[in-house]
Amino acid sequence: MVAMNPVIELDSLSLRFGKLEALKSLSGAFSGRAIGLLGPNGAGKTTLIHTLLGFYKPSAGSGRIFGKDILQQDKAARALIGYMPERDSFIAGMTAVRFVRLMAEISGLPPAEALERTHEALYYVGLGEARYRKLESYSLGMKQLAKLAQALVHGPKLLFLDEPTNGLDPPARERMIQLIKDIRDTGEVNVVLSSHLLRDVEECCEEVMILKQGELVYYRNLEQERKANRKFLELKIHGNREHFIESARQLGCECALHGKRSIKIILPPERTIRELYAIASEQNVQIRHLDYKKDSLQDIFLKAMETPMGVDHGSL
Amino acid sequence: MAVYERTYKRYKGALTPQWTRFLVLPRYAYEEVAKSKLFTIFFVLCLLPPVIQAGRIYLYHNAAKIFSAVPAAAEFFSQFMSINAEFFGIVMAMQSGLAFIVALFIGPGLVSKDLANNGLPLYLSRPISRTEYVLGKFAVLGILLSVITWIPGLFLYALQSIYAGWGWAFQNTRFAASILIGSAAWICTISLLALAVSAWVRWRPVAGFVMFMVFLGGGFFGLMINALFRTDWGSMINLGVVIGRIWEGLLGLRVTENLPLWAAWVSLALFCFGCVQMLNRKIRAYEVVS
Repeated sequence: MVAMNPVIELDSLSLRFGKLEALKSLSGAFSGRAIGLLGPNGAGKTTLIHTLLGFYKPSAGSGRIFGKDILQQDKAARALIGYMPERDSFIAGMTAVRFVRLMAEISGLPPAEALERTHEALYYVGLGEARYRKLESYSLGMKQLAKLAQALVHGPKLLFLDEPTNGLDPPARERMIQLIKDIRDTGEVNVVLSSHLLRDVEECCEEVMILKQGELVYYRNLEQERKANRKFLELKIHGNREHFIESARQLGCECALHGKRSIKIILPPERTIRELYAIASEQNVQIRHLDYKKDSLQDIFLKAMETPMGVDHGSL
Repeated sequence: MAVYERTYKRYKGALTPQWTRFLVLPRYAYEEVAKSKLFTIFFVLCLLPPVIQAGRIYLYHNAAKIFSAVPAAAEFFSQFMSINAEFFGIVMAMQSGLAFIVALFIGPGLVSKDLANNGLPLYLSRPISRTEYVLGKFAVLGILLSVITWIPGLFLYALQSIYAGWGWAFQNTRFAASILIGSAAWICTISLLALAVSAWVRWRPVAGFVMFMVFLGGGFFGLMINALFRTDWGSMINLGVVIGRIWEGLLGLRVTENLPLWAAWVSLALFCFGCVQMLNRKIRAYEVVS
């Protein structure tokens, strides 16, 4: 985790709805340009965003957005945020221009600047030609784009995108993903993308947080992983696994059991695969499968869902 | 972010002061309301009674000059049309009734439009609090109803003061204070009622009907309670009687209702408190179902 200039800081943040513990003592400092918030339905992704926006008061702990406390400096924190909700959200009877301009003015932009940026934002998301149409006449994809425009119009520093590709057909999804990447790459705004679609997060995000039953179970910088091109060996062996792992560790390898028969091993640069074969021969262990692998986000996600609670910061 | 550049840029210009941002809501609401010609005509007509009353004040003070040739007419205007507590009572009762109709016209759509399509999270994710949101919506009615209640009321008081002299004005400051306090109480009540109904009933025509029924039904049940239990306390749920009693108390008019003045104020306060509670329950980004 990066400790300098964090975008979001969580300090034992908990939230309770009656008996239900929706968020369980979340802690950490997150500073990626694009942070993916993953988890199955009901994991607490949207609840976490809503808590950071001040919709729900934490039952314990606190959170900060660019150093602004979400409870003590809630307005100052929200002034830095643009929010694109998951559900259909608009005001009926308004044209896109009027709607986005209203949102810009409420965020504090003077009327003239608000109007100028409204046109720019609507053109930017691709609704330029349809900007004088009433919102209720928009298709689902257009409504998603209008929501993105209102989230961008006041020029926030942090953008919360809650399931932005929900209900979009493949071309519209592609377009939305491209927009998110484009926004991210400007370097002017940090993006938090909440989704249960692994592909969306994998395509757009540098860091990933995985939530499970309100608990943060995984956090890793995907970008660093990609740059390091961290590969591992997946071995399936027949024989005494424990002894084999012990010997591999003595060589300086990082080892982890995976499934009933598989072992994941990261070889140090100075070691070769031949040495693993040597150990296997010494211990009368058969190596029946050996392959180079790289954790996909799907592997990471499934592993996080299977393992017991507790934050994994990227160990094998 | 210029259109031709097609890229995202942060806004780094000046921002409006935080305390003025809730006023964006009434500005946008008025632009919507002004699109209805029927409403615009009605609203202008609401100012007609005070204009007529202003003419009456003028006639009262200038009858001798205008009707110098017809002494009987001059005597009629100067004796039977005195500008006193009854005069202001009638004016304010009429304007209060019109204010209720205006609230009936605008109120039901104020919050329901935002709630109907989950618009509230969009407002509340910005640097505006729930209180400021309600204040903004309240200001829509508050400002508009002020234009047809206490502002013309005080205008008539000022006009009378100009003609009758500042001595009259000082002797009758109670009228000015009553106009302000009574109008504020009425505006507060019907605005909160309109917002509360709008927050709970999302279908506009039904919301208007419910609001009307609160006024009418309350009156009906109040009368029923009074008749059944041979009491006057039933009038506490009759908004018409309550505000009438408050006007009587404020202006020092002859009391026509047996409801004590304090009970009328308590009833109004409880009514407003109930409306605020209803709003507090509904004005949330997302409802939590426990």
